[in-house]
Amino acid sequence: MRVPLPWLREYCDPALEVGAIEERLTMTGTKVEAVLHHGVPSAEGFVVGRVLSAEPHPDADRLKVCAVELGLADGPATIVCGAPNVAAGQTVAVALPGAVMPDGTTLKRARLRGVASEGMILAEHELQLDAGPSPGIMVLDGTALAAASVSASSSQMDDDAPPPGELAPGAPLAALLPIASDVLELEITPNRPDCLGVYGVARELHAATGAALAPAPWLRDPGSAGPVAGAAVTVECPELCPRFTARAFEHVTVAPSPPWLKARLSAAGQRPINNVVDITNYAMLLTGQPLHAFDLDRVAGGGAQPGGPGQPGAVGRLTVRRARDGEQLQTLDGHTRTLDREMVVIDDAEGPTSIAAIMGGARSEVHAGTSRVLMEVACWSGPNVHRTSWALGLRSEASSRFEKGLQPEQCMHAQAIASRLMVELCGATLVPGTIDVAGSDGAGWTPPPPTTLRLREARLRAILGVSVERSRQAEILAALDFASTPAADGLDVTVPALRRGDVTREIDLIEEVARIDGLERLPATLPARRGAAGRLSHAQRVRRRAEDALVGRGLHEIVGWSFAAPELLERLQVPPQHPLHGVVELENPLSDAQSIMRPTLLGSLLDAARHNVSRGHGDVAIFESGTVYRLEQGEPGEPGAAPPAGARADGRPRAEPGIREHHGLGVLLSGRIAPRSWRATPASADFFAAKALLAALLEHFHLSWWVTPGEAPFLHPGRSAAVLALPAAGGERAGRAPAAADGAGQPPPAAEPLLLGLLGELHPLVAERWELERAAGFLIDLGQLAAAAPAELTFSAFGAFPVLNQDLAVTLPIEVPAERLLGGVRRAGGEMLDRASVFDVYEGEQVGDGRRSLALALSFRSLERTLTDEDVEPVRARILAAVQELGGELRG
Amino acid sequence: MSDRPEQTPDAGGPPPQLELIERLRGEAEAALAAAASSRELEQLRLRYLGRKAELPQLLREVASLAPEQRGAVGKAANQARQALEALLAARARELAAAELQAQLEADRVDVTLPGAPPAPIGRAHLLSSTRRELEDVFLGLGFTVLEGPEIETVHYNFDALNHSPTHPARARTDTFYVRPPDGVQRSGGEELVLRTHTSPMQIRAMEAHPPPLYVVIPGRVYRPDSDATHTPQFHQIEGLAVDEDITLADLKGTLLVFARELFGEQRDVRLRPHFFPFTEPSVEVDVSCFQCRRGFMRDGSRCPLCKGEGWLEVLGAGEVDPNVYAHVPTTAANAPGYDPERVQGYAWGMGIERIAMLKHRIPDLRLYYDNDLRFLEQF
Repeated sequence: MRVPLPWLREYCDPALEVGAIEERLTMTGTKVEAVLHHGVPSAEGFVVGRVLSAEPHPDADRLKVCAVELGLADGPATIVCGAPNVAAGQTVAVALPGAVMPDGTTLKRARLRGVASEGMILAEHELQLDAGPSPGIMVLDGTALAAASVSASSSQMDDDAPPPGELAPGAPLAALLPIASDVLELEITPNRPDCLGVYGVARELHAATGAALAPAPWLRDPGSAGPVAGAAVTVECPELCPRFTARAFEHVTVAPSPPWLKARLSAAGQRPINNVVDITNYAMLLTGQPLHAFDLDRVAGGGAQPGGPGQPGAVGRLTVRRARDGEQLQTLDGHTRTLDREMVVIDDAEGPTSIAAIMGGARSEVHAGTSRVLMEVACWSGPNVHRTSWALGLRSEASSRFEKGLQPEQCMHAQAIASRLMVELCGATLVPGTIDVAGSDGAGWTPPPPTTLRLREARLRAILGVSVERSRQAEILAALDFASTPAADGLDVTVPALRRGDVTREIDLIEEVARIDGLERLPATLPARRGAAGRLSHAQRVRRRAEDALVGRGLHEIVGWSFAAPELLERLQVPPQHPLHGVVELENPLSDAQSIMRPTLLGSLLDAARHNVSRGHGDVAIFESGTVYRLEQGEPGEPGAAPPAGARADGRPRAEPGIREHHGLGVLLSGRIAPRSWRATPASADFFAAKALLAALLEHFHLSWWVTPGEAPFLHPGRSAAVLALPAAGGERAGRAPAAADGAGQPPPAAEPLLLGLLGELHPLVAERWELERAAGFLIDLGQLAAAAPAELTFSAFGAFPVLNQDLAVTLPIEVPAERLLGGVRRAGGEMLDRASVFDVYEGEQVGDGRRSLALALSFRSLERTLTDEDVEPVRARILAAVQELGGELRG
Repeated sequence: MSDRPEQTPDAGGPPPQLELIERLRGEAEAALAAAASSRELEQLRLRYLGRKAELPQLLREVASLAPEQRGAVGKAANQARQALEALLAARARELAAAELQAQLEADRVDVTLPGAPPAPIGRAHLLSSTRRELEDVFLGLGFTVLEGPEIETVHYNFDALNHSPTHPARARTDTFYVRPPDGVQRSGGEELVLRTHTSPMQIRAMEAHPPPLYVVIPGRVYRPDSDATHTPQFHQIEGLAVDEDITLADLKGTLLVFARELFGEQRDVRLRPHFFPFTEPSVEVDVSCFQCRRGFMRDGSRCPLCKGEGWLEVLGAGEVDPNVYAHVPTTAANAPGYDPERVQGYAWGMGIERIAMLKHRIPDLRLYYDNDLRFLEQF
């Protein structure tokens, strides 16, 4: 909200610079987002002038050469003016050479068609009083000054306030009009609708600085109670309209507003329209309460003839009712709206004319010929206005105020301000009486009894951690319009009407005292932290270490979007019945490309890879650690299938039923796996590069893991695998291995293995869609990894004796997987065989078609003695037998 | 030498072998001194001290000499052998040292060439490392790290956090709503949203644990905004402490520790009154700018970071609103539960993107999600 500072100072004027006012308001809860400036940068060089003569320019038809008295010692100045309305005898606003205009240009002496001009007679838009262009120069007389005096005195305690400024030629213009205003841009929090008006902010400034607060401007009300001749209102839905007030005005002259009013509205960011509409806006900006002016004749049924005079004297009747389901109404903006019965419309003699609290209709709008005005000020149900505004996608200044919940008292505040200005600015006659409808019987409104709350001193101290003197509490509350009386353990505090929506509990009072007393006063202490022991959970530690392990291996971490495009699954070649199609969809995505929640990390990894490859960074080694979202479905054993219902292995609370979130870890390698070197050519990212990285990661956690050939639609069918591991002792079982897993080579099924994820080379067609040549990687469920990773490690004896290392080269049918050979070797090797691994692979003529040679590094050990070749000979024989069982033989 | 009289054994003079020994010794000493390499030295050893060489030969033949000659010849031959062996060893050492020196000289490399094979350098993402830095500050203060689901119910995201049924944040323009999964029966047909803040986990944490409770909750959150200063997903970290006596002053002290750990020892914090539905009193918290003095740089110009304010808005916080406790049912898991007359505490929440942005002068939020290696490599 924009509050021009001169306007604010009219009600509360602390002797402070704008910077200090900004600081006080901000530190007490009314945040000043910015201090703007409206009008000319400096009032210097802007004065009052009197036109002594205005003669035609000798060489230009449209220009006049004026002699203007500016109170200067060397007599009147000559000013050339192009305005059609300039005339001798006018009091005008003049910019002298050197004055700086709002656009920053400095006015200079100029020759206009041969005549020297020593200044400029100003039009309203040149001072930013109006949007412009103005039809002529601004004439400072009559209404302009009378109104300025009315406005200023409206806040004074008596009617004899001095006039605001001198009209003498040469007097500074700023004394007469706010031509250079600082404007506070305020953030009003939603709990403070009382601060949506200038006077509400003035009260805050009063409480924050202690400067005097002028009496509320609505206290002087020229109106009276009682029925209003010629107008009537019926409210059929009092539950949605707690109060409806209206006043009638006759002999209204619709005209532009005087400069002072335009200046205030413009500075507050409201465009001047005409005096009647400007008065409604002015009253709203001052009180916070929206108003609506109807043309009373048109309300009465005079609107059938456009521009016609209506039927003077006819009774205008408004009916406030719920709309019918499906009822249609054209609003001021030209759109036809379809309503329902939770929405409220206002009918005039010819049917619905506006959507209550949100937008009026064109038919009964005030127009140039309006002479009778019905001023509506009503209170509406905030939640209902919010709902209607939201349902129709229609927001207005009025709706945004009503939906925050205004109080019924505010109706008469706005009526009082508007009544005075209607009489004074529009020459209107206020028709006696005020329509005031409330309650189911339509009787007048009566205020509810005020709320009184106990504010305990001990409670205040307990919440703040510092005590505030009881007298200081009372003083702060009084400044905020709360009355208080002493009670045994504190104060009994009565809540003012305008705060009843926000202050309903003791804690709310504590906040009021705390914010005005000054949060700067709070000491900085630390809580006792009873029983607090900051430690990461096992799953959190596993995640950190996994990320660190990958970073340590030279990978860059990325952070991708949780959103994905539905086409992602097609691009990944996922067939329609695949469980990955169970995706979480958004109802209101920002775009189609962000309309589902990612069911895999692969999409963001590929996007990041392509981004970098396309920027010349061809070697990519990246990972992401983040959440993946899927619908809970699919058969157990499918990669990515949901775990059985129950607690999550990683300790995170479950997402809602039907949805599974898991924390995934995805790796993608493309290009060379290491920088090019002058000494060796690095390998390129393929299945085995990814597997080596996976091994480094998993063995970091001392996992018992293995892979089996497995397929995923987006992976190379011959170069992809499922990654399995045994759960840690005492760990949770959160998944199942594929039933088709190759039994051989697998450790004995002491426990159901966990499916950790997938490993493989990308399907070439998928890689191509992301413009990558070849890529490989893996996708791991970190919850499963945490379940497989032992939380504690125990020592295992290795003895005092050296190991005995031997190599063994065998040839085997090519179909026998290495893991199967190693499994057989390990079983045959028994306790004495400590380790066995493949260190060479050979296929070719020497071993014959359909066979390959695998070279194994074996290491034997004994806890009792140093082994000799003779010691291991029997074991080696058993190993050879196992090799032969697999169709293998010792390579000669 | 030709005029020297011939000595004969029977002349009773010194045996002729002595002269030979003397000659061999002189010859060998000269040769060893002149040897230029270990190989040459080895050849000389074979020539003078080898099995077939003259001197050892002489020694072996001492026994067959006349008894009166044996002593002198044997002694001379032995002395000669020992002297040569000593010389040989000394020369061997000299030559080995020289050869090693030459070898080292030849081994010299261009030390400015890059190491090989190269060990690639990886980096954690700035959002991850900042999140950890924040977690670690609060772990050190005794807080536990909790995480919650990102797809939340309206109950946890809004209702239980004291948002009125008409709170504007619930609007489709402010919150992403999730299409209900087919065939899933939800009690009361409650709507699902992408959480708009990490605060729902406050309620879940209190449901699961009895007081006292000291937790931080990092995680990803969502709001449908996308422009230079908003991304539709971002990260927050939330703090919640509930005990018998946690005050607003404790909140200030806790956040002062955070501010100093993250932004430097000289930092100060200030609390400004604000409004949030789930805290009362509510505050916004500013940290004193770490780039300037009270808004101005050394050269007198306005600080570009804090825009001359001297303060940086960093987070929202407050004392937990009593209405929030009322939304936490007392169960076996959290008994004795959260009675607002018996427990009180604070909550705060901050944006991780914003913290990293301030700390590392990141000019544009989108850099976080572009994942350009030229960005990732910098942190």
